[in-house]
Amino acid sequence: MPANPTTLEALQARFGELPTTEFREQTRVVITADQVPEVMGWLKSERGFDLLVDVSCVDYLNFRDATDRYGMVYQLANTLTAERLTLRVYLNDPNPTVPSVVPLWQGANWLEREVYDMFGIHFTDHPNLRRILMPEEFTAFPLRKDYPLQGRGERHNFPVLERSDA
Amino acid sequence: MAVEQLPDNVMVSKLDELASWCRKNSLWPMPFATACCGIELMATGAARHDIARFGAEAFRFSPRQCDLMIVAGRVVMKMLPVLQRIWSQMNEPKWCISMGACASTGGVFDTYCVVQGIDRFIPVDMYVPGCPPRPEQLIQAIIDLQDKIQREGTLNGSEFDTAQRQQPKRALVELPVYGQTPYFNPTSPLVKKL
Repeated sequence: MPANPTTLEALQARFGELPTTEFREQTRVVITADQVPEVMGWLKSERGFDLLVDVSCVDYLNFRDATDRYGMVYQLANTLTAERLTLRVYLNDPNPTVPSVVPLWQGANWLEREVYDMFGIHFTDHPNLRRILMPEEFTAFPLRKDYPLQGRGERHNFPVLERSDA
Repeated sequence: MAVEQLPDNVMVSKLDELASWCRKNSLWPMPFATACCGIELMATGAARHDIARFGAEAFRFSPRQCDLMIVAGRVVMKMLPVLQRIWSQMNEPKWCISMGACASTGGVFDTYCVVQGIDRFIPVDMYVPGCPPRPEQLIQAIIDLQDKIQREGTLNGSEFDTAQRQQPKRALVELPVYGQTPYFNPTSPLVKKL
């Protein structure tokens, strides 16, 4: 379901002109990293977006016509009206950083940890920003496009048990 | 001769063969099932295929009570230390079956986090091909393992120490990657155009 036009009007009235696109009935609004707490808090308190459906990220390295390296994706939903809204935040090296939305939606905790684990995006004020999928001692961010699919030998970096060791 | 004086109900054998005969007919599997091969492993243990016909029906989830580890499914790099620890905790004599393509080679999961064959890191006695293997194939592996135990088993487990038994580990080399290694020269006419 596309976003309600009044939501977009109110959003533009409150925060000025924001780049907005619509594709297959899905509305997408691009904001900057600094605007994240303000815009998200306003959407939650004033427009009833009480559910954070997903937090994800895309690496646009080598993507045609891309101007930014990372694109954060926030999927919001209003559970009363079934209204949905996608927010995009573009980030760049060397320190891709975005404010955490855990203070607004507790469910963002593990979602942001996954994005940190896979892409190395730092979430300021996250209560527990640790790896969630990969082992703690892992150093790379494997879903970045400059990381080779087969890894850098991490999968072979283990001691070998022989029969005599047991 | 002394043998001729034995009564009819006495058999002569070697102690090693007697021990192996006991061991091979009461294998206690440790089901290390991480993926769809585990479903086939369960089917092997269930009524239709009935692994109890071969004396290996006593699945135990404690490594202390097992002597046959069946690794069924892919093992990721976060799981490998657990696998090695469970293998170390099992009592000797112990054997290992690598069930399916993923456990044996990594299968289709040639990615940064999937171990490309558990035999790189723990000893393996039997490999079962298939994706996933049918229960019949796993049963065949158990029968083959029983033959192996009977053939070379010893009472004191000295077969585990011999130089022949200690297979050299597979070379820890990465597999060739399309477009990045000379094995796959993209301009070669032998390489099918993608």
